[in-house]
Amino acid sequence: MLSMRGIGKSFLGVRVLSGVDLAVTAGEVHAVVGENGAGKSTLMKIVCGVHPPDEGTIELDGRPVRFGHPLEARRSGIAIIYQEFNLLPERTVAENVFLGREPVRRGLVDRAAMEEATARLLGELGEDAFGPRDVVKRLPVAQQQIVEIVKALSVDARLVVMDEPTAALAEHEVESLYRLIGRLRERGVAVLYISHRLREVFDLADRVTVLKDGSRVTTLPIGEVTPAELIRLMVGRDLGAYFPPRSARAGEVRLRLRAAGNRKLRDIDLDLRAGEIVGIAGLQGSGRSELARAIFGAEPFTTGEMTPARPRSVREGVALGIGLVTEDRKAEGLALRQSVRDNVLLVARAVGAGNRAGVRDLLERVRLAPVRRDQEVRYLSGGNQQKVVLVKWLTMAPRVLLFDEPTRGIDVGAKAAVHDLMRELADDGMAIMMISSELPELIGMSDRVVVLRDGRVAGTLPAGASEEAVMRLAAGEAA
Amino acid sequence: MDLLTRARGPARGGLAAHLREPTQVLFLALLGLVAAGWVLVALDGGQFLTLESVVGIQQRSAALGIVAVGQTLVILAGSLDLSVAYLISLASLVAAEIMAGQDGNIGPAVAAVLAVSALVGLVNGLVITRLQVHAFIATLGVALIIRGALDHLYDGPAGRVPESFQVLGYSRIGPVPVSALLWAGVAVLAWLLLSRTRLGYRIYAVGGDEEVARLSGIRTGRVVVLAHVLCSVCAGVAGLLLAARLGAGAPTVGTDGGYDLESIAAVVLGGTALAGGKGGVAGTVGGVLLLAVLDSIFNQLEVNSFVKDVVRGVVIVVAVAVYARRTRGRRA
Repeated sequence: MLSMRGIGKSFLGVRVLSGVDLAVTAGEVHAVVGENGAGKSTLMKIVCGVHPPDEGTIELDGRPVRFGHPLEARRSGIAIIYQEFNLLPERTVAENVFLGREPVRRGLVDRAAMEEATARLLGELGEDAFGPRDVVKRLPVAQQQIVEIVKALSVDARLVVMDEPTAALAEHEVESLYRLIGRLRERGVAVLYISHRLREVFDLADRVTVLKDGSRVTTLPIGEVTPAELIRLMVGRDLGAYFPPRSARAGEVRLRLRAAGNRKLRDIDLDLRAGEIVGIAGLQGSGRSELARAIFGAEPFTTGEMTPARPRSVREGVALGIGLVTEDRKAEGLALRQSVRDNVLLVARAVGAGNRAGVRDLLERVRLAPVRRDQEVRYLSGGNQQKVVLVKWLTMAPRVLLFDEPTRGIDVGAKAAVHDLMRELADDGMAIMMISSELPELIGMSDRVVVLRDGRVAGTLPAGASEEAVMRLAAGEAA
Repeated sequence: MDLLTRARGPARGGLAAHLREPTQVLFLALLGLVAAGWVLVALDGGQFLTLESVVGIQQRSAALGIVAVGQTLVILAGSLDLSVAYLISLASLVAAEIMAGQDGNIGPAVAAVLAVSALVGLVNGLVITRLQVHAFIATLGVALIIRGALDHLYDGPAGRVPESFQVLGYSRIGPVPVSALLWAGVAVLAWLLLSRTRLGYRIYAVGGDEEVARLSGIRTGRVVVLAHVLCSVCAGVAGLLLAARLGAGAPTVGTDGGYDLESIAAVVLGGTALAGGKGGVAGTVGGVLLLAVLDSIFNQLEVNSFVKDVVRGVVIVVAVAVYARRTRGRRA
């Protein structure tokens, strides 16, 4: 039904996909798996017309198609259900399902017809927990997802793309999603199912395509592969990268968590020691960033213990000597239109302490000295921006520094520089926690890897653990 | 997870559960205020809700009410309109000048007012959607342009409205003034528009989440422009009403009434989210009535006008804080 050949795509000169082939047949559940950054989401966005491909062809029922806009893909019967829903929370189920194509009778919207059609679709899916008149924001996440699916079906979608559909769902909700997908399959609808969770892939899929580093590794019927093999296919690669040598002189405990939790985290036990880099691994939605934000006080822990103290706000976190280099440095780490100097002093000024005089030394230390201090940060390269964020925290001489995806979106040379700096800081006695979706980086840098799954600690692995071991814990796969 | 699901699920029973919507809170507050007014005025030795005061409340409400209904449309669409006050002045002058005291000119005058208003709305909408100027600045700019023109051409009331048209301003059917009927008519039309037409649905969609609306195939720019045209037409109708009351057009009639900010206050008091996508005309009607009843109580108690403003300010801020709290409570 859908056939894609030789799909390639680059963003800003970075190659994200190259030569990917993908074919989907009617009534098939086709899983697409791969590590974070393997190109799954980009491929799906190409299927749905969000991004046009740079190279390659897409054929639908043997006819070549080219989608310039998501609407064109939708008219061809392709619907996508994003991780974040495209619903209007203040409107009813029926209003959302028929958004933009409300049935009209004598000039007025025919509510009855709209609600009837919605009810019928809900009925076909065996959904009776809510009706067409319920307001979307009052529905649990799982039911909102069903609304999305009904919306897709109401336009006669023949291919439904689901991007990590279970990320926001609880265990029992996942089962009803399974049943729903079963019904879609019976209707001859094809499903492209993207998930990190191998259990779901093996429960649902007919075939699985493995992506790695933007290329297709293979496509297999699910019966011909074991979970362990699938993991190997996803992560198997040469570990050519260089990481600074570990010193492994773990000192005193700087930060201790016992049974700490909040809305997204539960029963977290964790020690961060001076001189140590602790890596945090986990799939998207496992609670990695939430852990960093909780320790930092941005979304505080509500239960459990944290020593020396449990911060209730960012201010308290900073007072405890905790710094957070956030995942999205442009949105959360920097005031892009301000100068390097202003950015570096953001925290020091806000808290009214810190080492303002030593900024020049610190900039030199992170090798940012050649950059003019009155230059606006937005003109710096990604690597240099990240160094500015780092210096921002160093002015406070933090005791604990949390890094969330510290090398995302920066080039290879700058990556190595950031890695060296992190190790240097640890050697100087700082306690460092690092989150990274790139397993080789995480394993290469960390003295210990703590794996999270569903907001809990799934296990801890020593330095030099294999990627397979990490993935197995992260995916909750016993094999 | 059980707890979480339950917290997000539909609430059961209890007064609090029934009071989820700002509109319900508002109308309850309105009832309370009327009761309180009754007691206060009675203690003062007067009588609240006499025929005179009821008519007064309705008349005071009508012009603001009509503007606020229009304002509701643009705010729901995620925009806002600061040019309504000057447009009202402009409309009153256009009406009175064209009528020039002649009964025969009423038709053309009304048509001209509606056309001029629609044009102003079109300009507002196009500047916002095509030139990508924020609504606040776009409509402020248009307001200043109208003001400049008015100040240049007029330094006092002008034109004359014939007696037959002044009926709109003063006469009444039983206890109901004609102007109140006009307001009710505008409100009902807007309610129909919002709840029964595609345009109405799209106004909610665009204001709720422009990206979601766009990805659902809605031409979002067009919806915003239409909302602005309707809002300006409402302001034009209010201008006609005020011209009927004054018997002439006046370059300051809109700004003296403070119709720009006051209409936004009434909409927000009615529970419509300033960010758009949530609320409706019923709330706005309640908001306008609440402000008018408050006014009426103060008048009867002969409270000085500065205290009046302070109390109105407090009421508006407290109301929005209460709505925000209810929304948050649901999310947590």
